[in-house]
Amino acid sequence: MSFLKVDHVSKQYPVLDDKAKKGESFVVFRDVTFEIRKGEFLTMIGHSGCGKSTLLNIIAGFDQSSTGGVILEGREITKPGIDRMVVFQSFALMPWLTAFDNVRIAVRQAHPDWSPEQIHDWTQKYINMMNLHGAERKRPAFLSGGMRQRVGLARAFAVEPKVLLLDEPFAQIDALTRGGIQEELVRMWNATRNTVFMVTHDVDEAILLSDRIALMTNGPEAELAEIIDVTIPRPRTRAELIDSPDYVRIRNHILHFLVKGAKKSKHSGKDSPAAPATETKPALQPTP
Amino acid sequence: MAIRPSWNDRFGPYLLSLLILGLFLFVWEAATRSPRFDAKGKTEDQLTTMEFNGDVVKDAAGHYIWNPDKVKGIPGPMKVFEKARTELGEAFVKKGTNDHGIGFLVWYTIKRFMSGFLAGSIVAILLGVLIGLSKPLFIAFNPFIQVLKPISPLAWMPLLLYSVKDPFWTAILVVFMASLWPTVANTAFGVNSIRKDYLHVAALLEMSYLRRLFTVVLPAAAPAIIAGLRISFGSALVAVVPAEMLLGELGAGYLTWIEWNNLDISGVIFAILVVGFVGYALDYAFGRLAALFTYTEV
Repeated sequence: MSFLKVDHVSKQYPVLDDKAKKGESFVVFRDVTFEIRKGEFLTMIGHSGCGKSTLLNIIAGFDQSSTGGVILEGREITKPGIDRMVVFQSFALMPWLTAFDNVRIAVRQAHPDWSPEQIHDWTQKYINMMNLHGAERKRPAFLSGGMRQRVGLARAFAVEPKVLLLDEPFAQIDALTRGGIQEELVRMWNATRNTVFMVTHDVDEAILLSDRIALMTNGPEAELAEIIDVTIPRPRTRAELIDSPDYVRIRNHILHFLVKGAKKSKHSGKDSPAAPATETKPALQPTP
Repeated sequence: MAIRPSWNDRFGPYLLSLLILGLFLFVWEAATRSPRFDAKGKTEDQLTTMEFNGDVVKDAAGHYIWNPDKVKGIPGPMKVFEKARTELGEAFVKKGTNDHGIGFLVWYTIKRFMSGFLAGSIVAILLGVLIGLSKPLFIAFNPFIQVLKPISPLAWMPLLLYSVKDPFWTAILVVFMASLWPTVANTAFGVNSIRKDYLHVAALLEMSYLRRLFTVVLPAAAPAIIAGLRISFGSALVAVVPAEMLLGELGAGYLTWIEWNNLDISGVIFAILVVGFVGYALDYAFGRLAALFTYTEV
């Protein structure tokens, strides 16, 4: 049995335009099907408007699918829950709470039977793991973007959710800081082996972090084009990655897809290199 | 290295304040100074009549001067200062049922104001949260709030006086009414427009209704609630003075009216100043309190 199954999920909105015919609808994406194995890190890449964040919101339970459904450990997802923690692009930290308290309220909710000391120690452990030591008493407004997202990650990991959902988590962080946090995320993930579904624009980020990468065609009416295996062995660091031939190949493949394929398959998809695929394709064709 | 502000930057504005005050007092004094009494061209009979009426008196040297105790025009700053000294000197003296020292009067006003404002604010915040948490309720209640909000709190007074039949409680209820609507409207708006992110986190963490209310909704709406309280505070402060005047309840506002009845214009000016200082002190205290509940948006 699969761990997390996204089963023929489509999302559409009724068109509210005056000229629109009755019942006409705007399809964001249709028929997206894939599975995530337990302990796997799967990333979805696509252009803006392909609905990848909407899909993440459906998995989180913030949004409902129009057709199809998401099944986690045999149960359909209908509403948000503590078994699926989200790391938000906008951080979504409570500005009136300190960094420590932002993590602490999550731990308290995850373990209602724990004593305050247990909650405190557990919180401190994750604060330390994210290198936030010394910033515990600061409020989010007094932290840099990178530090804020560290708090966001600590909050999500501290709950030990079944699935971790990362919604373009580093998009608002400057490029230099981003690298450091990405490596921390790798370290954290290696230690915990959480199941992760991430959505991003950043190809390098996807390759560094993921086991598999799902490529979405352009919206509207976006489809899942293919899922590629990232064959680069772990542990990975950015420095090693740059020289890896696999890295270059995968990166080129994804970039080619994003530049050309994502557009082409919008019309037909038959002869496109990025034909809709619901299964994992094995390795990539080696580039000539 | 911290740059030290120059003496001018630090004290200049305060010096200017003092200068403005001095100038104001000077103009006031100059404008209210009455010319020396001139007895020339008046017959002995006329002067006797004037003395009999109390317009003029004889000074130690036997010359006629204007009677300093007779009200004539606006009193100058020295007169008001004199009055303030007497009043403040017996601030905590009770001379009769309706003649309490200024200290007592201020205390009555603060007590009246605080009880009305606190009760009104608690009711308003509860009502605002209730309305704000649900979109249909918010839409349903909005027209009533919009109609009730602009009604002057004093307009309620006859009805309140008729219903409770007691001026003491009516005065508090007027303050209560004055502090109600701005807070209701702002709280409902604040709760209704909390950033979705915060509610998403609360939903993810599976918080119970009450926990969500106290750990997410109220803190997130706190700046809007405080802004509403601040408007309510102002309107309640404005309402308390005429309420006291009209109902004859002892207080700083009542003092203004009593001094008018006594035809003591220095007293009226002194009472106005007292109202100003009491309002300033209350507003300052509220501002300090409010600062504890606001946060910097990220």
